Amino acid sequence: MTRLGDLERAVMDVLWDSVPATSNGATVREVADALAGRELAYTTVMTVLDRLAGKGMVQREREGRAWRYRPAASREAHIAQLMLAALDLGGSRDAALIRFARSVTGTEADVLRAALADEAAER
Amino acid sequence: MAHTLHFAASMLACWLIAQVLARSTWTWRSPRVAILCWQAVGLGAGLSAVGLPMSLGLAPYQRGTGSALLALADDLWHSTLPAGLGAVHLGLVGVGFGIGAVLLTTTVRSIHGAVRAQRRHRDLLTLVARRDPTVPGALVLDHPGAAAYCLPGVRPRVVVSAGALDLLSRAELEAVLTHERAHAQERHDLVLLPFTALCRALPWLGWVRKAHDRVSLLVEMRADDKARELHADAPLAGALQRFATAGNRITPAGALGMGDRDLAVRMQRLMVNERPPRLLGAVALAVTTTAAALPISLFLS
Repeated sequence: MTRLGDLERAVMDVLWDSVPATSNGATVREVADALAGRELAYTTVMTVLDRLAGKGMVQREREGRAWRYRPAASREAHIAQLMLAALDLGGSRDAALIRFARSVTGTEADVLRAALADEAAER
Repeated sequence: MAHTLHFAASMLACWLIAQVLARSTWTWRSPRVAILCWQAVGLGAGLSAVGLPMSLGLAPYQRGTGSALLALADDLWHSTLPAGLGAVHLGLVGVGFGIGAVLLTTTVRSIHGAVRAQRRHRDLLTLVARRDPTVPGALVLDHPGAAAYCLPGVRPRVVVSAGALDLLSRAELEAVLTHERAHAQERHDLVLLPFTALCRALPWLGWVRKAHDRVSLLVEMRADDKARELHADAPLAGALQRFATAGNRITPAGALGMGDRDLAVRMQRLMVNERPPRLLGAVALAVTTTAAALPISLFLS
């Protein structure tokens, strides 16, 4: 894993694990403080958040003079998306989705539905 | 005219060989030779499809397709076309180039689409997959569904889901990981790419789709063989069995997966330990190489 990927992951982990979903996100300063153990410069954290925003992984809103960042989707939603990417294999996505729902057990289907609903709600 | 007949003959030969290859079961015992045969057939068929209309259009030159093409380019440059060469002939040459362009652009588009999907997938994996000390060299996705796949590329990733970790025993997991690494090492994505592109270019041709399915099964068998070299047959067969009965066999687009195709055939193959048919393989290789070499030599003549 590249150092940059490593940093992006650390920042996403902070946003996913330390910022309550109900809040309207974290500032660069708050993220940098949460990553205090890594001794990162403020500007480094800002650059990483900027990159993540460019990739559509985080959304930002201006609050006064600072930006507030929050994850575009939950970690579970991304994992579900990766698992679902599978279903594009030969055939339309819709047909594939049916197959997936049919082949998983009840609890697994619940988890998947919850992750997708989560993703939809946050968009 | 003789050249056109040669192209037609090589096209027919490729089609016939594809029919035979698709029905043969010796290919299961030496998947690597069979994959080479399919590649030769694909190359031969593609070149013949380009060459057939071209050679018809170039008939007035009465020489090899390659040198006739050069002569045509020269004549077009000096705007002095020979007497017998009309608009129909030029049109046929154009059709040949058109087929070539379609084959080339679908291949390029396939590569482009696959690379983009892979990059996006890899980025997401970096952010949400975790490393696990029990599965060194692989990434783990915390999802209850059972999945094991290889994301090919220059820096390939082998990914297993938490569901697959629960599903498989230690030995079975090792066999599955070796299988996926074989896909990555031998770049099976590149083996499949031209066939995927052909399916896109000619979706209405049943035998093209069939060729694609055959090659993807052979690629799985080849990866099975690599896993067998390192592990016993039983864990791999056990893993296949579990994936088949788990019913949740998913692999991401542009990725090669374990246990998504013709599972029964692969399991059955692991039960009996048959020697690869060397003579048959050599004959098949010789025939298919000839079928591919014929159109190449016509273009070079």
